[in-house]
Amino acid sequence: MDKIQLGDFLISLDKDLEIKEGKQFTEVSVPPEKLYSLARMLREREEVQFDFLYCLSGVDYGQDLGVVYHLRSTVYDHSVVLKTRTSDREKPQLDSVSDIWKTADFQEREVFDLLGIKFTNHPDLRRLFLDSTWGFPLRKDYADDINIVTK
Amino acid sequence: MEEKVKNITTEEQQEYVINMGPQHPSTHGVLRLVVSLKGETVKSVQPHIGYIHRGIEKMCESITYPQVIHLTDRMDYLSAHINNEAVCLAVEKALEVEISDRIKVIRTLMSELTRIQSHQLWWASFGMDLGGLTCFFYGLRDREKILDIFEETCGSRMIVSYNCPGGVMYDLHPDFAKKVKEFIRYFRKILPEYNQLLTGNVIFHERSKGIGNLSLEDAISFGITGPSGRASGFSCDVRKHEPYSAYDRVTFKEILYTQGDTYHRYVARIEEMWESMNIIEQLIDNIPEGPFAVKMKPVIKLPEGEYYQRVETARGELGVYVISDGNKNPYRVKFRSPNFVNLSVLNHIAKGFKIADLVAIGGSLDLVIPDIDR
Repeated sequence: MDKIQLGDFLISLDKDLEIKEGKQFTEVSVPPEKLYSLARMLREREEVQFDFLYCLSGVDYGQDLGVVYHLRSTVYDHSVVLKTRTSDREKPQLDSVSDIWKTADFQEREVFDLLGIKFTNHPDLRRLFLDSTWGFPLRKDYADDINIVTK
Repeated sequence: MEEKVKNITTEEQQEYVINMGPQHPSTHGVLRLVVSLKGETVKSVQPHIGYIHRGIEKMCESITYPQVIHLTDRMDYLSAHINNEAVCLAVEKALEVEISDRIKVIRTLMSELTRIQSHQLWWASFGMDLGGLTCFFYGLRDREKILDIFEETCGSRMIVSYNCPGGVMYDLHPDFAKKVKEFIRYFRKILPEYNQLLTGNVIFHERSKGIGNLSLEDAISFGITGPSGRASGFSCDVRKHEPYSAYDRVTFKEILYTQGDTYHRYVARIEEMWESMNIIEQLIDNIPEGPFAVKMKPVIKLPEGEYYQRVETARGELGVYVISDGNKNPYRVKFRSPNFVNLSVLNHIAKGFKIADLVAIGGSLDLVIPDIDR
């Protein structure tokens, strides 16, 4: 599918989706409560078959915390980017997609470790690189007086 | 009471938990695997990582784009040049800079040399893991020759930092083409010796065939890229699917197998060395003339937006995801590192095999620990 067909298909799934044509990818912003069902549809629908989650990144947007999913179909060779964000900085929670794409297991643990986003239904959500006494270093408001040199 | 004691000591009930690492010779770095065993059979493998976590992604947020390149060397130090290239391509894509053919060819040549030397070191250490110490000397002897070529042109042997946004740091050394051709002539004779030494070995076959099987479906679901994924039939070569630099003007084969066991992950890498030599031979005779770098602004600021660039390193797909807010520092950089993702499959494929096989399976995934921890 090219970008236009893909955009039309996404609209047909859900009219409320916010779709942006980026230079590289079609970008879809999805509210957290719809994320899991949309991800499952993108994986399972015959027309798109996004079976390869090649990058899962957590981002601190300042106000919100978000996760970006880069998806590709190995059958059709087309890509899409899913974006979701939550404004709850105290207890951010998103649904885990690790039962749809197994690679999400480790990548979500990394996001949890560095940004503190909890993924519900994740099979094994533990800290990955750091131990539990650390804060969440990839957050913009993370302060470490000893190790971070500020100009 | 007596019965209880009996129960505990029966073999079915015993489960040992042992630590492999962080300082284990076969993990090639500080990786700790907590292995649950029943007898000698692996029940589960839990990787514990982070011993050399340096927070490269966080560091990137406070430095400029040309400085980021030098940090990427320190992730996968065996694919240093290719990592550099990924960041440079992302910056050039964002700024819409057209680079000359000469730069593209130089980068491709260097990338393929990097791939060969990485696979040589992998072959050397993989052989050593399985008890063939001679492999180590063969592999490192030949790798020196490539490092010498790097040293002449880049001024450094391993952590080259040769790429910069808009081109490369220095022009090629006058002897570069001659030395590379000499090396290819030499290595075409030597590579069959690798096969004689290890590939055809009966003990090696016994230890690698049918061990650590990974199906195509799982390879895609786990996102296993590089030679490890292609051994399972996952066509994931970025050089083919999304050609960058000069890969669109060379012909080469994407090595694909369907078996997905340790042996085929091994053969895939050996075959890739042949393909890399083919690519180099196609380019080395006519390196275009021209400048080796495009003049860039002294302070590089990317326009606001998001950029994603993927390249094929020696171990798989490296993705660089840059979010820019228009400043000279990136707002957020994410490295999708191939080793981190490849490690996640270890528990899945090692389950049910013997503890000695775990070393072979781990070796065949070709993990580089600094790239996992970042």
